[in-house]
Amino acid sequence: MLLNIKYFGLIAELTQCSEESLEISGATIRELRAFLFEKYPELKNKDFQIAQNREIVSEESRISSGEIALLPPFSGG
Amino acid sequence: MKYKYVKQKSMNRYSRHIILTEVGQEGQNKLLQAKVLVVGAGGLGCPVLQYLAAAGIGTLGIIDYDSVEESNLQRQVLFGTSSLGKNKAVAARERLQDLNSTITIEDFPEQLTHKNATQLFEQYDFIVDGTDNFSTRYLINDAAVLTNKPIVYGAIYKFEGQVSIFNYNNGPSYRCLFPIPPKDGSITNCSEVGVLGVLPGIIGTMMANEVIKMILGFEHVLSGKLLCYNSKTAALSTIKINRKQEEFEKVLAQPDLLSAYSNESCSVNVEEISEENLAVLTNIQFIDVRELHEQPKLQLHNCIRIPLNMIKENIYQINSNKTIVLFCQSGIRSKKAVALLMQNGFKKSYSFKGGILPLLNALKTKTT
Repeated sequence: MLLNIKYFGLIAELTQCSEESLEISGATIRELRAFLFEKYPELKNKDFQIAQNREIVSEESRISSGEIALLPPFSGG
Repeated sequence: MKYKYVKQKSMNRYSRHIILTEVGQEGQNKLLQAKVLVVGAGGLGCPVLQYLAAAGIGTLGIIDYDSVEESNLQRQVLFGTSSLGKNKAVAARERLQDLNSTITIEDFPEQLTHKNATQLFEQYDFIVDGTDNFSTRYLINDAAVLTNKPIVYGAIYKFEGQVSIFNYNNGPSYRCLFPIPPKDGSITNCSEVGVLGVLPGIIGTMMANEVIKMILGFEHVLSGKLLCYNSKTAALSTIKINRKQEEFEKVLAQPDLLSAYSNESCSVNVEEISEENLAVLTNIQFIDVRELHEQPKLQLHNCIRIPLNMIKENIYQINSNKTIVLFCQSGIRSKKAVALLMQNGFKKSYSFKGGILPLLNALKTKTT
């Protein structure tokens, strides 16, 4: 499935882009996470939540077409 | 007579609010009766405080244990050179009292801890999270859940910012968004990565806007929504966050604050070495734990570079027979690195206090 993936904060620094389209194998968010870890091994050490179509989703959620976002927590103030 | 005069005078002050049909005299009275506690008078706290004071929030509390440093003035525009060295809560109160002498401003020049948080939160209607570290953010969340107070949250990273409202009208909390505090050293803060001064101004002003909207009872507040802003691209997006009841129950089930326990990993006893006593160490191996692009570099044969988040993978490169001195830009990441080495059995490892600049000084005096 072709998905548009957006990266925020230091995740975008690791992937070296803020947005990309990827052909994803896998049916759930957990599988998407594993797919991304394979493509970007450094992501394994990072904390982030995944949003699908602008809503934070759980690891068990099924991937539908649309937009994915990887959101890390920010601590700065 | 005198009271009437003051009242009329202050209403003139708020006339631009009052002529808005969405605010009116009734709305202004709500602002004048509201009590808001701002945690952290830094990059985010300063603009929040300025606009809330100007808007006539009746009681403003400010808690911050830090003092004003020269490097703060690039973005913390509430302060001037005359504030240097002063406690931030005190310096902010002094400036704000001049901005609006008709409101009550309370300063708390101390650290927010699990011992004082709930007691302090009880005295206010709304809490503003303008802190710069995760342990305080989780502490604020948990204390706000226990005292049932809404939080206006803001956080920044380089050119990006997040804004949301937590714990409001059955909405989600910070833990519903990020359930687990991040791993040590996985995220850096402003003093270590830098920030464009205007960004906390934008995000802090958005936070002040949300505080005022909540007080006025506006419908479309950022509860259940995370606003993400990128100042480089001017992109703005809003992400929906759902409430997870278990994240509230986890906090409510603790007689003391949950965050008091979850921060234990930070309390490893890390030994620091300062500029004055570097000379007593021998057989030193320096490790620069900053990212590879960070300047100035330390050009020494006994210095290697391993960024903090790569330490685990590269631990084999470190000779445990040497005296390990770790450093970074300001001395925060290097402390985390020492904690990591200690967990991996290294005994003689120190964090260099204050970072690269005092280290360069120390080395200069050592060789001359």
